[in-house]
Amino acid sequence: MSGQDFLYQAFVYLAAAVITVPLAKRFGLGSVLGYLLAGIAIGPYGLRLLGSEGQDVMHFAEFGVVMMLFVVGLELQPALLWRLRAPILGLGGFQVVLTTLVVAGVAIALTLPWKTALAIGLTLSMSSTAIVLQTLAEKQQLKSEGGQSAFAVLLFKDIAVIPILAIFPLLASVHRTGDSAGGHESTTWLHGMPAWAQTLAVLVAVAVVVGGSRFLLRPVFRAIAQTRLREVFTAAALLLVIGIALLMGLVGLSPALGTFLAGVVLADSEYRHELESDIDPFKGLLLGLFFIAVGATIDFNLILAKPLLVAILVAGIVIAKFAVLFALGRVFSLSRDQGLLFAFALPQVGEFAFVLFSYGLQEGVFEAGVTGPLVAAVALSMALTPLLLVFNERVVQPRVGPSAAGEERKADAIEEETAVLIAGFGSFGSTVGRLLRANGVATTVLDLDPDRVELLRRLGLKVYYGDASRHDLLVAAGAERARLLVLALDSPEKTLALVHTVKKHFPHLTIMARAFDWEDAHDLVEAGVTRVYPQSLDTSLRVGVDALGELGFRAYHSHRSARQFQRHDEESLRQLTAERRVSRARYLTAARKRIEDLERLLEADRVDRGSDRDLGWDAETLRDEVRGTGA
Amino acid sequence: MARILILFAHPALEKSRVHRRLVERLPELPGLTFQDLYEVYPHFDIDVHREQALLEEHDVVVLQHPFFWYSTPAMLKQWQDLVLEHGWAYGRKGTALVGKKLFNLLTTGGLETGYRREGHNRYTVRELLVPIEQTVRLCGMQYLPPYIIFGSHWMSEPDIDTVAERYREFLVALHADRIDFQRAAALETLNAALEEIEASR
Repeated sequence: MSGQDFLYQAFVYLAAAVITVPLAKRFGLGSVLGYLLAGIAIGPYGLRLLGSEGQDVMHFAEFGVVMMLFVVGLELQPALLWRLRAPILGLGGFQVVLTTLVVAGVAIALTLPWKTALAIGLTLSMSSTAIVLQTLAEKQQLKSEGGQSAFAVLLFKDIAVIPILAIFPLLASVHRTGDSAGGHESTTWLHGMPAWAQTLAVLVAVAVVVGGSRFLLRPVFRAIAQTRLREVFTAAALLLVIGIALLMGLVGLSPALGTFLAGVVLADSEYRHELESDIDPFKGLLLGLFFIAVGATIDFNLILAKPLLVAILVAGIVIAKFAVLFALGRVFSLSRDQGLLFAFALPQVGEFAFVLFSYGLQEGVFEAGVTGPLVAAVALSMALTPLLLVFNERVVQPRVGPSAAGEERKADAIEEETAVLIAGFGSFGSTVGRLLRANGVATTVLDLDPDRVELLRRLGLKVYYGDASRHDLLVAAGAERARLLVLALDSPEKTLALVHTVKKHFPHLTIMARAFDWEDAHDLVEAGVTRVYPQSLDTSLRVGVDALGELGFRAYHSHRSARQFQRHDEESLRQLTAERRVSRARYLTAARKRIEDLERLLEADRVDRGSDRDLGWDAETLRDEVRGTGA
Repeated sequence: MARILILFAHPALEKSRVHRRLVERLPELPGLTFQDLYEVYPHFDIDVHREQALLEEHDVVVLQHPFFWYSTPAMLKQWQDLVLEHGWAYGRKGTALVGKKLFNLLTTGGLETGYRREGHNRYTVRELLVPIEQTVRLCGMQYLPPYIIFGSHWMSEPDIDTVAERYREFLVALHADRIDFQRAAALETLNAALEEIEASR
């Protein structure tokens, strides 16, 4: 492919996405359907802007799925994964087995040989991780009970693909020994090896991924973070994902599974949020590309040639899978609305089916006549998913009456985010964090100094590496659900930038900001921050108090005086900010006036005891009254 | 309608069982103000002008507090020292509070039997509150007997619910001017005033 050619294709894909996705979102259909429509539009049966390379693009774009599972893994701490073990094995296992049996049964009834029927059953039991996770995440249903169950099933399928690929050769009925060097990840250099060596290689590869992520990656990321070059960190993140994918491919494991494992292992690390937000745009683009490719490869010729057959296939597949899923939801005691969400999310056949079909063809499991209509049906079932979920959301759920409250509560239980975010963990932020911690309040900390992050984590704090002024990182750290944001960054510019980001995207957050000087404090107040803390005020007041003490003032007097000074200072900040907006010149005079005010007030506090302060402790008027000289 | 100001002083409300419930169950009445002194003045820097303005705006003042060493928590003493100024609350020109009513709402850990001549505290709560009674009289206010919740150490959750509900009823009656202050002044506790109202119905 020449450079010009590549640019042309990129242009077509991007333009299609940029036009159709916002349109689809606008009609409430979700981005996945938008991408699929874009694919159909530019594909061989639409505007014919693309040739037949859709299949190749799809193989390339499948990498988006790998990245997605990495990100999913990052959000899934091992403890949570362990909690999900029952749904993964139970729901996932039963789903695959039951669907396979039902589909194979139908196929045998249609007089297909049992081996082919079983292979079809296994293939159709797959669901689309890409479409389902993307759509559910977009609708924010991933953390609901139904969403979690769907996720568990998808995870099981990603694992199940490996044994299925392994047994496919045994199901070959049309004997054709494949010397297929140019296939995809399933053909490996392990092919010729004895079984024990293959097993050993697989185990070693998994150990490398888990062990490496656990012990090797943190120092490496730390060294890279120290360079403070963001793009190098991004490159390292990509390198990690691609490297794992290659390694997994080498030993015949699913790359998605490998990166998922690495993600889970890294979910505890301080680089979690940074990795997540670095990989996220690539993941999004590649997934989009993948969906476009799926849309572009739908063979409308075949569909138009045998419309009835394809329609029956799609309907049959979706209905059979839906029935199995719904029944399982009941057995596993999902509530009614969550069970429906679960069943409506997964009745499509997934992208792995394309892999299995082509692999099956190559291994002689299927004949082309069988797979053609099935591939079309699979693609259509995928395209149908977002529509089904919209149908569920708009038509079915309102009738069932979703137990919204219950759903919310369950989502909370999974929630790992904390109510307080601290941006910047230098001496200022860390003191805030320590005080909160001493009172049993957990905080999420974002800091840009890798050494400090490393140290603090060793002390058991929940600290993440990353630049807090980035919107995506704030999202990853849970800004949408937090209540307070403590700004303790080390520069006024960054603080102000972050304030603007937060005011725009997370208006619900209460910002408590450290200010560096008066000028900076004014800027913050003007930007709408109600809680501004000039950084040296308290310390300098304490010095002032101690100085007074050294000079012989009573401690209680000087402490009270300092607090009064502080209250006055806070009041002035607000007034002066308002006045500064009117005119700069007036600010100068107003500032002078405030200072004079302050002087007068403090003077009064010290000298003029009769005015209005603490009269109760020493009332000259009382003395006068008693002596009869009364005022 | 009596305007009621509750001056609440508890240095560790988060650890309190009874006061927390009393506060949670306060009735929402027009003219009833709840001032949480330890929350507003964590440094004991009482805003004298603000507190005096609050007093001027109300008819009945309630000092709500636990009974610490036969008296109030330190905050309420600070409040008395600073807010009840000469020339405002007392003295020749100090008439701001004349005619207002004041009483203590307090909780004791020990039982009522301890606060008798023969009990180990040797005095009744009303007797022990004499300094406040005299302060109030000097300011020209009418001092009412305390509303007392005895025996908080022995209370179960349902007990606490009961006393909180009783107190709520009392405040509602007070707000609706159903308490006869002349008769109440002679009683040992204001709890008895509530019982009298109920008996007369």
